[in-house]
Amino acid sequence: MSPAPATTLARLGAIVGADHLLTEASQLARYAVDGVAPAAAARPGSTEEIAEVLRFAAAEKLAVIPTAGGSKLGIGMPPARYDLALDLGRMNRVLAYDPRDLTLGVEAGMGMAQLAEVLAEHKQFLPLLVPFTTQATIGGTIATGIDSPLRQYYGTARDFILGVEFVTGDGTVSKSGGRVVKNVAGYDLHRLMIGALGTLGVLTRINFRTFPVPPASRGFLATFPTFDAALELRHRIARSPLQPLTLEILSPQLAGIFSRRAPRLLGMNLGPPGPWLSTSEWTLAAGYGGNQQVLARHEKDLTRLAEETRATNSTILGDAERPLIWGLLRECISLLLDESPRATIVRAGVLPTDLGRWVNAVQQAAEKHFCPAVILARGCGVGYVALLPEGKPAESVSDTFASLSAGLAGVCGKIMEASAAAGGHATIPWCPTELKRRVNVWGTPRDDFDLMWKLKQVFDPQNILSPGRFMGGI
Amino acid sequence: MDRKIIRELETLLGEKAVLSRPEDLRLYEYDGSVELGRPDCAVFPRTTEQVVEIVKRANRHKIPIVGRGAGTGLSGGALAREGGILIVFSRMNKILELDLENQRAVVQPGVVNMDLTSAVQHAGLYFAPDPSSQKACTIGGNVMENAGGPHTLAYGVTTSHVTGLELVLPTAEVVRVGGKALDAPGYDLTGLVVGSEGTMAIVTEITVKLTRLPEAAKTLLAVFDSIDDTTETVVDITARAITPAACEMLDGWTLRAVEAFIQAGFPLDSAAVLLIEVDGLREAIEAQAEEVIEVCNLHHAREVRVAKDEQERQRLWAGRKNAFGAIGRISPSYYVQDGVIPRTKLPETLRRIDEIGKANGFEIGNIFHAGDGNLHPIILFDPRNPDEFERAVITANEIMRFCISVGGSITGEHGVGMEKDRMMPLLFSESDMDLMQRVRGALNPGGLLNPGKIFPAGKGCGEIRVRPMPVTASPTPA
Repeated sequence: MSPAPATTLARLGAIVGADHLLTEASQLARYAVDGVAPAAAARPGSTEEIAEVLRFAAAEKLAVIPTAGGSKLGIGMPPARYDLALDLGRMNRVLAYDPRDLTLGVEAGMGMAQLAEVLAEHKQFLPLLVPFTTQATIGGTIATGIDSPLRQYYGTARDFILGVEFVTGDGTVSKSGGRVVKNVAGYDLHRLMIGALGTLGVLTRINFRTFPVPPASRGFLATFPTFDAALELRHRIARSPLQPLTLEILSPQLAGIFSRRAPRLLGMNLGPPGPWLSTSEWTLAAGYGGNQQVLARHEKDLTRLAEETRATNSTILGDAERPLIWGLLRECISLLLDESPRATIVRAGVLPTDLGRWVNAVQQAAEKHFCPAVILARGCGVGYVALLPEGKPAESVSDTFASLSAGLAGVCGKIMEASAAAGGHATIPWCPTELKRRVNVWGTPRDDFDLMWKLKQVFDPQNILSPGRFMGGI
Repeated sequence: MDRKIIRELETLLGEKAVLSRPEDLRLYEYDGSVELGRPDCAVFPRTTEQVVEIVKRANRHKIPIVGRGAGTGLSGGALAREGGILIVFSRMNKILELDLENQRAVVQPGVVNMDLTSAVQHAGLYFAPDPSSQKACTIGGNVMENAGGPHTLAYGVTTSHVTGLELVLPTAEVVRVGGKALDAPGYDLTGLVVGSEGTMAIVTEITVKLTRLPEAAKTLLAVFDSIDDTTETVVDITARAITPAACEMLDGWTLRAVEAFIQAGFPLDSAAVLLIEVDGLREAIEAQAEEVIEVCNLHHAREVRVAKDEQERQRLWAGRKNAFGAIGRISPSYYVQDGVIPRTKLPETLRRIDEIGKANGFEIGNIFHAGDGNLHPIILFDPRNPDEFERAVITANEIMRFCISVGGSITGEHGVGMEKDRMMPLLFSESDMDLMQRVRGALNPGGLLNPGKIFPAGKGCGEIRVRPMPVTASPTPA
């Protein structure tokens, strides 16, 4: 980005305070998106300041990208323009927490770790077991629509968000929903904000319902020689009355990464996973919670179902190991990104019964390009594939930049096709910037795109909010 | 409306699929609310293609279009406030696909809520949203109003159970949003359209999640001698994070009316009862039921009865779900409110409702989803007495203002519709509503879809019309 005129900076400084306007290249590097750094970063302290910044930005046609922890700025297409980072890091307060009502209102810049601490005091939590634990904020979690293993039982943010306050691209403060657990007054604009990548508005306040922490929880692992065999256990669990909190299938390679990387990243003294984590087979991992009788029932039924589906092994993870496997599953994305600077992660929505066919197609596409694929499949019908080009250097595609990208693009294209063929869809939330020149990470827009474009124009008429980063050039 | 258009519609759909004589349209002036709105004609398409053709004609002649399911709604959502064509979905009532393994169903909007559950129960599945009108109301109506019900306390309201929609836009384009698979890329248009009260698009196909039936359920009836004890019990159940599947409250006045109609087994001399259900694994519900009983006893419950068999359980629920029918027997008309409050505010709110009622000369009955703070105060009035109706409206307004003052909302599941549009400014600023209306404009630019709903048009209370409530077949809110 070319340097901003002094008058622009002076005006921004007047709004947020000179101390909260960053203009040095060294300070701005952390706000870079796909290699593009902004001319300035403003750190507003209130909704009113954000509104004023955006009114000014709209008048001056400055492109603004909201951020806070900065952990998920890589998601999306490279910005078409990028002048100003809007850092919500100072907006990190709890606004209303009524533990007896199980509702919570916070500012959008609040850290997920900090939020978890506040709730833990009352033995409550927000079922968003999302990666980048120490960096991620609630605003970024909502804006990126990132999902979590706990969706198996608790659903996604869509199911427990109660209301939001946000500022639209013309600098108007707006809200939808409220803070009560049931509310149908007005349109659900808060659901529209989830996963919109800040292209419709800058989230400033978010209200949720909170949940009680189960009295105790356990993990269950069963290993299988094939994905299909593990998937069969998933189907049997789905047909049973059991109510696992998490339900995932890990490829052997993913277990391998977990076994190497766990202790360092978690920052907890948990030790490496024991021999209970097989790195040679597919693993079905389930988490469950409740009182002792409920835990015993899950243990008994899961063990029986695993035997019926001819699992090679099955294990119950107690208090020592359970937090470790949840930590690993939570940080799965960040662990994978650490594996290779060119890590490319595809996320797909595929119906559970089509997952077997989908995994098969993914593996074939990856093998054809000698690109190792690491797979995580959520039991609800969401699959993640990580392509790690440097995983096996000897066999990997030629190391020239272009052919590497071409190879990755080919595999991604095939995975997107396979997802569509299975009646689903896929996007590429994380990949090297150079790949984004070859593949649109959002896939091909469908016939509902026209409506999305119209909505974008309503919320951000000057097209200043994260321009170009979202689907179809939004 | 021009006779020519009616004839065109008759040619398109068949004569029996178009009603236009005033006497035939009488039924379609009503829904379950106290509002009225007469369409110029009512049409009964069978396919999406027919809906498209209807919309093309409406568009060409700039005629309003309003969708309608079973007409059980409680906010005037399915009424043709500004006349026009009422599209009634009763013939689009096919279940198009059942994908039991993936727990999905694809249905036409006119499928009755209960019929979907009946169709999948054999596989141990059901459709979780359970408005009390579920034997009559349609899934299309549930989607448009984002309907709730007693068990949405644990399982979430309609929007949590919808993964995709087929829409007919006012331009007559057919667009699919979402789908059977989760997490469709792009904006969550499904989440936007669900609960938009028919003002953004006509829904012609719905993909829903099916939920696994719990292994076991226990229904408890807790009987109290004081309203305060009852509401304190609800506060305490929430505060202890016991999370039952349903937690319904009926006050003494309401339960006596119910008991006279359906012998559900509610003690006639009690101040209030709580109908609490816990469900899930056998091992989980035993402990949960014990916790619930402990809390009830702590707050001086006179008695906590556990339904001993399915028959007794069904009888207790029949008492809850048919309550509004029971009230219809004793009053020519009633006005049901749908306020929501934080659960911790329940005791003071019920006290305040009682005071507001008394000050305006009404005894107000309360039967509601206590577990999620969704109140349904019932104001009985005689519609033939305009003064009394006026006072009923004033009373309702005061109750809503109180709900808002403690951080609540004006509607938890019935929708804003025609009934509460004037209350929207109490919750939302001018600019909030302006944005919402521009969002509507993105999908429904000409405003032909369900005009005059949700947002206030600057009309006074005098516009509300009153109708006598039929004594039988009363609508049943959730």
